[in-house]
Amino acid sequence: MGALTSYRLRLQRKRWHLRARRKSRELSVVKDRTSQIKPNDVFVFSTFRNEDIRLPYFFKYYRDLGVDHFFMVDNDSDDGGGDYAASQPDVSVWKASGSYRKSRFGVDWLNHLQRKYADGHWTLVVDPDEFFIYPFCDTRPIRALTDWLDASDIRSFGAMLLDMYPKGRLDAVPYNRGQNPMEIASWFDSGNYTISKNNLFYNLWIQGGPRARMFFKEEPWRAPALNKTPLVKWRKDYAYVSSTHMILPRGLNLVYDEWGGEKASGILLHAKFLDTFGVKAQEELSRGQHYAASHEYKAYAEGIAQHPDLWCKWSEKYINWRQLEILGLMSKGNWA
Amino acid sequence: MNVGVVILVHNAFDRAEQVVRHWSAGGCPVVIHVDKNVKRAAHDDFVKSLADVPNVLFSKRHRCEWGTWGLVAASQSASAMMLAKFPDVRHVFLASGSCLPLRPIKDLQVYLAKRPRTDFIESATTADVPWTQGGLDFERFTLRFPFSWRKHRFLFDRYVEFQRRFKMFRRVPEGIVPHMGSQWWCLTRQTLSAILEDPDRKVYDTYFRRVWIPDESYFQTLVRLYSQSIESRSLTLSKFDYQGKPHIFYDDHLQLLRRSDCFVARKIWPDANRLYDNFLNEEYPLKGAEPNPGKIDRIFSKAVERRTRGRAGLFMQSRLPRPGHENGFTSSPYSVFEGFSELFEDFEPWLARMTGTRVHGHLYAKDGVEFEGRQTTFSGALCDNPKLRDHHAQLFLVNLIWNTRGERQCFQFGPNDSQHVSWDLAKDPNAQISVISGAWAIPLFQSNRNFSDIRADAAELQRLESEHLNALRSPFVKARIRIWTLAEFIETPMEALQTVLDEMGAKNLRRVTEAPKMADLTGFGQFLQNLKNQGMHPYLMGDFPADNVSVNERPTRRKPYLVR
Repeated sequence: MGALTSYRLRLQRKRWHLRARRKSRELSVVKDRTSQIKPNDVFVFSTFRNEDIRLPYFFKYYRDLGVDHFFMVDNDSDDGGGDYAASQPDVSVWKASGSYRKSRFGVDWLNHLQRKYADGHWTLVVDPDEFFIYPFCDTRPIRALTDWLDASDIRSFGAMLLDMYPKGRLDAVPYNRGQNPMEIASWFDSGNYTISKNNLFYNLWIQGGPRARMFFKEEPWRAPALNKTPLVKWRKDYAYVSSTHMILPRGLNLVYDEWGGEKASGILLHAKFLDTFGVKAQEELSRGQHYAASHEYKAYAEGIAQHPDLWCKWSEKYINWRQLEILGLMSKGNWA
Repeated sequence: MNVGVVILVHNAFDRAEQVVRHWSAGGCPVVIHVDKNVKRAAHDDFVKSLADVPNVLFSKRHRCEWGTWGLVAASQSASAMMLAKFPDVRHVFLASGSCLPLRPIKDLQVYLAKRPRTDFIESATTADVPWTQGGLDFERFTLRFPFSWRKHRFLFDRYVEFQRRFKMFRRVPEGIVPHMGSQWWCLTRQTLSAILEDPDRKVYDTYFRRVWIPDESYFQTLVRLYSQSIESRSLTLSKFDYQGKPHIFYDDHLQLLRRSDCFVARKIWPDANRLYDNFLNEEYPLKGAEPNPGKIDRIFSKAVERRTRGRAGLFMQSRLPRPGHENGFTSSPYSVFEGFSELFEDFEPWLARMTGTRVHGHLYAKDGVEFEGRQTTFSGALCDNPKLRDHHAQLFLVNLIWNTRGERQCFQFGPNDSQHVSWDLAKDPNAQISVISGAWAIPLFQSNRNFSDIRADAAELQRLESEHLNALRSPFVKARIRIWTLAEFIETPMEALQTVLDEMGAKNLRRVTEAPKMADLTGFGQFLQNLKNQGMHPYLMGDFPADNVSVNERPTRRKPYLVR
């Protein structure tokens, strides 16, 4: 039934494209700097809402990696973050007035923008609290990675989400604008992840980490997915299906080796758990705009009310990518 | 006498220009071949940029695609030009635009001047090297390859199959033996001109035109006809990955490259500014040393190994081996004890004392993971919650063993525990499993419960353990397994324990001096008889006499004394 399934998925992909096109009506240009882009530029695509405090470091981090242009979708921020982004020289900003949930958590908006602008470019789709780590990221710019991927005929690059957390109460140390969030949230779980494979889309489904350990003990199957494929050499006919967890055509989800070897992979440091988190969780809960009927945020809001300490004595303190490589969270694969 | 450099360029012209200037400044004449696929404007700019450099010529352009004849044709016409235009050249060095000289040009000139008759070219017969990709070794010389491997893989493969099927083999021209090797060589004028001016060149060219990847075999084969002295190695440091693609060098390889003492390295990433700045601008002392790429070799062969075999016992986002391809389900040996902590009251602390390993309780206990010291979390931030554990019971074990690399783990297991990993344990070569079958009856015997409940439990536990034992006795077993019945075990408990500990290979291997405390089994035989009388036949513990026997006491022996 291989051919039939492939055809069904192809139709599904077309449907996502149509949907993206329909949802694109909710987008209005705030600042369009796309005339600056050059043929080999590497792009970042991101959706945000009320993340003004995080944006300065976000832009700095990815500029330092060598990203050339940012495509930002501002989902009704009222904290000035949209204006800040629009004032940056290498950022194009769109405003989205529609529902976050109905745009499938921003995926439709970004699918549309990627289809329109990113054909033939390496694109990185990340949230403002996600920081991309790849092998040799301290000595080689992101273009070294994309050049190598090109030379090796690899179209997509996986990076697991790694939840970072502080030691002690989340609100103990306030986060300052422009600060590296990993100075506060510098701890992570090194070895409690579970993996299973989606046989239709071929993507992995990874769960675990502090969120599973603290908030989803009783219903582990509900714990959030951590597998992501954020870096893709984009082509017009690609489409993300569910956040960056799944992508079509499904061959792009094969970022892992099944015959015993290791493919190269990275990490997305997820600096969600800062002092801003409690407020955010409450706000998201009241908006009801998140995945699975905001189930995730309900669990957080309940858990957070008791000011839990995500830290335990077996937590690891983040040092650099080599540490993550040795711990087996990411791999250099064939790249040396 | 001098060294002439032939450079094949197809992109990164600014870097190529830098390198050409460097060669030229070192006194080497340079002939450049620019790929015909390059646009005219780019080509003209490149030519213009080098207009002020002396002794630089451009040769006739050919279309160069990977693995095709074009690369050989390019090398031929460029080297012919070199030999004709620069009569004082003795060695011709073939390089690419992404090659970077690592040692002073003078060093290379001196090195070659000392070896005036030596040809440096890697050249080996196909039967003797495992280099080839795609399963084509000798066949690359006997089949035809009209389709591009990169662009039309499907047609390529089908046509190869077709030729094999109908035995459409080509004949290798008389007098040559196919050899292959790295395409980057350094040949003497005598050898090179002999190859280029060979009266049979037309025959060879026609033949090699249809060989697969002729740039790795044309010169490598023909050099065997004429060379007086072949050093079968390339002076260019060039490493290949498992797909036959060249590894690329970056800024962080600077120290490695410097220490390698190789003359030229490829391929360099065009944006590796530090490498270009360092090697092209700085003055290094002449060393005269032999190239020594050993350390670089190790790094790259490790990378290949990681990509093809991976780290044993690691399951992660980019390594999810299918069953049977794990190359080790877990990362290191561990021990599983079944029935020991039921029979002995203080088994865990005793085992920890005797072996110095990490001893857990029942990791798969239904009401919670019993980590050592009953901690709520353990290495890698594993959690003691049984639902989280059973969400993926196999990976829980794999993670635990991976997280504690370098320290042997021991844990208890039994029919009271969740049984998801039963088969995984049996099939894991790293597992050492010791079983006292039927020992689960001891806690029942000691418990203060109604006999009908005990009977029901006993029946269920016996069923579970017998299923587990079936797994341990199946033909798929890879673990090291010892099974005693309870009755067998208590006959000679110390010997049995000693065997198990010996197998663990504990470091401070000495006789077990101190015994763990065995549970009081007085009346146990009668307990089993009662179960039997209720119609539930406990058979896993072996033959226990119904009357009371003293089980764990050895007959006290009198002290031997000597009679003189």
